[in-house]
Amino acid sequence: MTVIIGLEIHCQLNTKTKLFCGCSTDYRDDGPNTHVCPICLGLPGTLPVTNKQAVLYALKVAKALHCEVPAFSEFARKNYFYPDLPKAFQITQYDKPLAVGGYIEIEAESGGEKRVQLTRIHMEEDPGRLVHKGSGDRGRYTLVDYNRSGVPLIEIVTEPELSSPKEARRFLNKLRATLEYLGIYDPEREGSLRVDANISIKGYERVEVKNITSYKGVEKALTFEITRQKGMIRRNAPIVRETRHYQEARGVTTSARSKEEEHDYRYFPEPDLAPLEVSSWVPEIVLPELPDARRDRFMQQYGISQNHARTLTGDLKLAEFFEEVASDMPEIAAPWTADILLGELNYRDMPVTKVPVPHYIALLLEVKKGSVTDTSAVEILRLILNQVIEEEKPEMPGEIIVRLGLSKEGGDSIVDTVASVLKEHEAAVADHRAGKAGAINFLVGQVMKATRGRADPKEIAKIITDLLKD
Amino acid sequence: MVSKEDVAHIATIADIGVDESELELFTSQFNTILDYFDVLDSVPVGGDAAPLRSNVFRNDEVVPSLPHDDVLMNATDPEDGFIRAPRVI
Amino acid sequence: MGSQYSFDHPDPHNAFITICHEAEYGEGPLSGIPVAVKDNISTAGIETTCGSNILKGYIPPYDAHVITLLRSAGAAIVGKTNMDEFGMGTTTETSAFGPTLNPADTTRAPGGSSGGSAAAVASGMVHMALGTDTGGSIRCPASFCGIVGLKPTYGRVSRYGLIAYANSMEQIGPLAGNVRDCALLYSVIAGHDPRDGTSLDLPAPAPLKPEIAGKRIGVPAEFFGEGVDPTVASVVQSGIDRLEGLGAEIISCSMPSMQYALAAYYVTSMSEASSNLGRYDGVRFGMAPDFVRLWHDAYSHIRKTGFGEEVRRRILLGSFALSAGYKGKYYAKAQAARQMVRNDFARLFETVDMLAGPTMPCVALPLGETSNPLSMYLADILTVPANLAGVPALSVPCGTAHTLPVGLQLIGKHGAEDEILSAALAFEEGSA
Ligand SMILES: [Zn+2]
Repeated sequence: MTVIIGLEIHCQLNTKTKLFCGCSTDYRDDGPNTHVCPICLGLPGTLPVTNKQAVLYALKVAKALHCEVPAFSEFARKNYFYPDLPKAFQITQYDKPLAVGGYIEIEAESGGEKRVQLTRIHMEEDPGRLVHKGSGDRGRYTLVDYNRSGVPLIEIVTEPELSSPKEARRFLNKLRATLEYLGIYDPEREGSLRVDANISIKGYERVEVKNITSYKGVEKALTFEITRQKGMIRRNAPIVRETRHYQEARGVTTSARSKEEEHDYRYFPEPDLAPLEVSSWVPEIVLPELPDARRDRFMQQYGISQNHARTLTGDLKLAEFFEEVASDMPEIAAPWTADILLGELNYRDMPVTKVPVPHYIALLLEVKKGSVTDTSAVEILRLILNQVIEEEKPEMPGEIIVRLGLSKEGGDSIVDTVASVLKEHEAAVADHRAGKAGAINFLVGQVMKATRGRADPKEIAKIITDLLKD
Repeated sequence: MVSKEDVAHIATIADIGVDESELELFTSQFNTILDYFDVLDSVPVGGDAAPLRSNVFRNDEVVPSLPHDDVLMNATDPEDGFIRAPRVI
Repeated sequence: MGSQYSFDHPDPHNAFITICHEAEYGEGPLSGIPVAVKDNISTAGIETTCGSNILKGYIPPYDAHVITLLRSAGAAIVGKTNMDEFGMGTTTETSAFGPTLNPADTTRAPGGSSGGSAAAVASGMVHMALGTDTGGSIRCPASFCGIVGLKPTYGRVSRYGLIAYANSMEQIGPLAGNVRDCALLYSVIAGHDPRDGTSLDLPAPAPLKPEIAGKRIGVPAEFFGEGVDPTVASVVQSGIDRLEGLGAEIISCSMPSMQYALAAYYVTSMSEASSNLGRYDGVRFGMAPDFVRLWHDAYSHIRKTGFGEEVRRRILLGSFALSAGYKGKYYAKAQAARQMVRNDFARLFETVDMLAGPTMPCVALPLGETSNPLSMYLADILTVPANLAGVPALSVPCGTAHTLPVGLQLIGKHGAEDEILSAALAFEEGSA
């Protein structure tokens, strides 16, 4: 059963002001309805005027994603009733979007690159936010906060060309990184990237899944929906063309009521806004180095693997961090940052920007000098990260090594330890002599235990072999 | 010709309540008016109205928002700074 | 700042919805002059209803751009005038605040939708007033009440704060007892406003002087076509003869797109209105909805009780004209027809300086007479072309028919208000 996925991604542009009025978009720390004016509140008599910066940002995305910008585009009204929509229409773009076509290249399932084609990019305004209160049929009511109303969005629509939730995740990671590199969106802002997905099994009806509010939820939502559809097919139950909502907390999709689907948006050109003729602006737009270019440069400049380069450039802040710490020792910095640090950060849900750079560089230098084992270095890293989280002043790795006595054991003392371990475990020694595989690993483990990880396993194995040669 | 059902459907889309008794009247009036609009059938297609101008923008500069009290001034029973709306679930 | 104008007139014609008995005024070209404002123009701190129950009690927290201009010109804003609900009517009878009576004959309607502004001027309560004109709503009541009214070029006067009926066609404009007052008020409100993206940046209006000699005035045959009251036609024809007597050159011409103009106007205005009026759901302002109902239900109910019949009719027809399966037949065709009207004006204005004809095909109608919506719509046939094309047009008194006022309409080139006002002044004063 072939899976077909298309995505619609809404991205809030990080302009200072809203799309059609001068209200600040920096409302997240403030109370409800504190960043609204007659325009974004939809009071009678108000008129929209387009924020030029929002158009420039959208064009920047269009250029970075290889879209075509038609000579003429326009805003249109999408008419429907919902309490989060103060004017009862959303100003969006309909049959004349800002940009058409374009593509994003992702790592294919089979390895190599896959080009995912885009349908279009258009601009629109965000609705307000609803809070549901009360309980029981007559006790329920809705409260509205219009602070978000009018925040500029771009909607990026893909062709139905993604074939698995994993590909969808890769696509979104690449898109997110690109948007971040372009500096047109703030990944730290809650809800700044939202995804709707169209999912079908080849030969069956298409289902739209809305309300995937975090891009991290996409893989889960898609996996659930595909499993549900496949199950329906196996049971010979019909898949109906419908809209379903993703319930983030439960990780399931549920059918939207049919009443909500009875839409006739009655689009027509927004009479209060002049059309856009901005295709001539595109050549003037200067793009920053984008993830693919940076990945290739990392491979060349630092001589690191494609996988490491891809991981390190997959996030702007991570790439910048790497460049700060990599200078003299990219061969150490790359695996440490991509394989170890990133895992520790994910585990702690901690942004890379919180990692104290001097401490991290000092740690890498200790590793490079060989003054601590990898195991101890990870221990030191964890300690530093935890200190940051606890808002304590982090210790320098050198101090930690001294305080905890983590200096790597070597020379005679390690040989002594190995010798005493061998004496204690005569049976294992016998097994090893008898050529039993695995015995050496047991012995190495015992030595590691005795040194509390301060020795290098490879070195121990060599010493064991040397000692038992006699 | 539009039917009573057509008018009722449009009333649903436009969120405009229409009584059964009015439905009859609106339907007959609509047919008279829409008959008159049929004159447009003979307008040649493709003559889309050309825009009078394009590219009207404002700069991305913050303008003070409305004082919070003014935001709530015309709303009924605001709660904790929120504006009250009918239930959606 | 801070002088008070005491406005203490009785209002026998129901010209006002709200009267400001004590109005503040300042220094400027309109210092101390009482000005009435149509109730679809937002006034901070003064109830603004659009003649509708659904907006009863709504106090805008901001001033329309024209109000800011009026205040800085020193005017005393003495009240908000009655109007057809949301501007949808030709008689001012669709107002939720009762009909306005025509001061020229109180058994008749003043025309609409700016009937309150026209009656306030015609009855002498004020010398000048602001109205709005979407398809003739300034010129029609000016004609029926025997005063002067100007619909400026689309974009000449900021619409910021004008409560929208049909955005792509409407303009705020002056009504006054004579051309000079009309031009004075126009000169105060004309100008660019960055808050209105359709606002034009044109040079300031020129000082007014009577001027008509040598002007080439086109008279399209269609302006005297079927449906024009013969008495009205002959009064206007003699008015055009007077223009010729003042030295104008009268040129017969034709405007074939007139056959589409009224349908194009109504389809466009209803479509835009159906969208503009979606926001009246009671949540942020106006009548309170029943919060216990589900939103569609609550909205449908409040929009049934809050809007009058004509408004609901136009919202429904406009929604229909934009709906899936019908948009191509109605909305798209109306836009194409609109372009034909524009092209006709452009072609005519290559050879003439302005067009002349009757403002309305009839005189003021008896109150309570219009029950058939289409027959009411048909009365707008001569005024809507200027709105479709965005060109300026005015109505100036031209005599009487059946003892009631008749208006002469002058339609000018894009941005040529000065030219038609100068011609109207010459006509009014009988001197070139
Ligand atoms: Zn705002």
